[in-house]
Amino acid sequence: MTERTNNSASSVIEITQVSRRFGSKLALDNVCMSVPRGGVFGLIGGNGAGKTTLIKHVLGMLQPQSGSVRVFGMDPITQPVGVLGRMGYLSEERDLPNWMRVRELIRYTQAFYPTWDERFAEELREMFELDPNARIRGLSRGQRARSGLLVALAHRPELLVLDEPSSGLDPVVRRDILSAIIRTIAHEGRTVLFSSHLLDEVERVADNVAMIHNGRVVLSDSLESLKDSYRRVTLRFDTPIAEPPELLGRMHTEGTGMEWTYVCNISGRDASQIRGAAISLGAEVVDESSMSLDEIFVATACR
Amino acid sequence: MRIHISTNDGVPIYLQVVQQIKYLISAGRLSPGDELPPIRVLAENLLVNPNTIARAYRELESAGLVEKRRTAGTYVSAEGSRLAKRERTRILASRIDHLLAESDQMDVSFDELIKLIHVRREAMNNSRAKEFADD
Repeated sequence: MTERTNNSASSVIEITQVSRRFGSKLALDNVCMSVPRGGVFGLIGGNGAGKTTLIKHVLGMLQPQSGSVRVFGMDPITQPVGVLGRMGYLSEERDLPNWMRVRELIRYTQAFYPTWDERFAEELREMFELDPNARIRGLSRGQRARSGLLVALAHRPELLVLDEPSSGLDPVVRRDILSAIIRTIAHEGRTVLFSSHLLDEVERVADNVAMIHNGRVVLSDSLESLKDSYRRVTLRFDTPIAEPPELLGRMHTEGTGMEWTYVCNISGRDASQIRGAAISLGAEVVDESSMSLDEIFVATACR
Repeated sequence: MRIHISTNDGVPIYLQVVQQIKYLISAGRLSPGDELPPIRVLAENLLVNPNTIARAYRELESAGLVEKRRTAGTYVSAEGSRLAKRERTRILASRIDHLLAESDQMDVSFDELIKLIHVRREAMNNSRAKEFADD
């Protein structure tokens, strides 16, 4: 996947042929990814697929061993102020200074950002029910995540980067995070990049999705056309068969006897062509459905 | 307006919104002239991408069920309920087709199926009556 689908003027993040090795492990393998301005970009993949490593390159925490990373057209390693000042970031670890009180954390973070919106920060603090006198150390997991979210949002960043923001959190805090994502992009031109293994959340909010598997980008498309591309069809044959025949765009087959279920990638074609193909195999289509992102992920990762 | 989104069954979210609003219109819970929630409000309520809601509203608009007014709001059109009723018939017809095909595969005769529908309706009415009695 080396072609660039978006020109750099319209994209906020442009990753070109980035590779990264840790010891003998190839963590990123010639990754190209372009995050367009405006909307939500979901980065999906299993544990250890390379999502966090890729995000660390976007933040300038890791230097690419080969290839290039541009954020707002700048190199995050050599121009960290220009890049990080326009970006909000929340990580899974939520590395916050434990010894500070909530009020101090807010004031401390505010000093870094000329665009800090004090009223918005206060609004978020009240909404998240954060006690200004509480020490970060003593906060629950959920309140920690909310503190991290507050300081990532209050300077109204052009780009919000969230690395596994929901991991290990209860549904109420997960709701806060999703609604922060939605409010962020509802303001024109703002962009959210978030990684998650909770694919139902990605399916709810993402405009575009890239999937990383073993350090490679194996899928990158708009969610809409991804959903249009995959179909699950169940065929019924007249007689039991041992080996299911090929079908248009087949990725995976399951079944026994007369009934076989296919997962097909029909990208670019009309779904009705599957029906035609099935009939020419002498089978009847007994069920046809679109697939959830979760199922698409499994079908792609297990290939 | 109550809409429920599920990400388990693979149905695209915009389509779930379209189908449920169609249902609300055909069931008379949304009447001609009623305003739909603004896109951003509904997106935040349902926790889905605003573009998804915008797409659902566009589909409903091109189907003639809702119309945009100059004040930027989206309203159920005068034609809405008539069109939605036609839609309702279409939805029910496809469910019935499934039911007929399934009972055929299970070797259940048409008369048995009708009998079963009566039995189920009776059971449903009874449990509803019980709910009211409990209130």
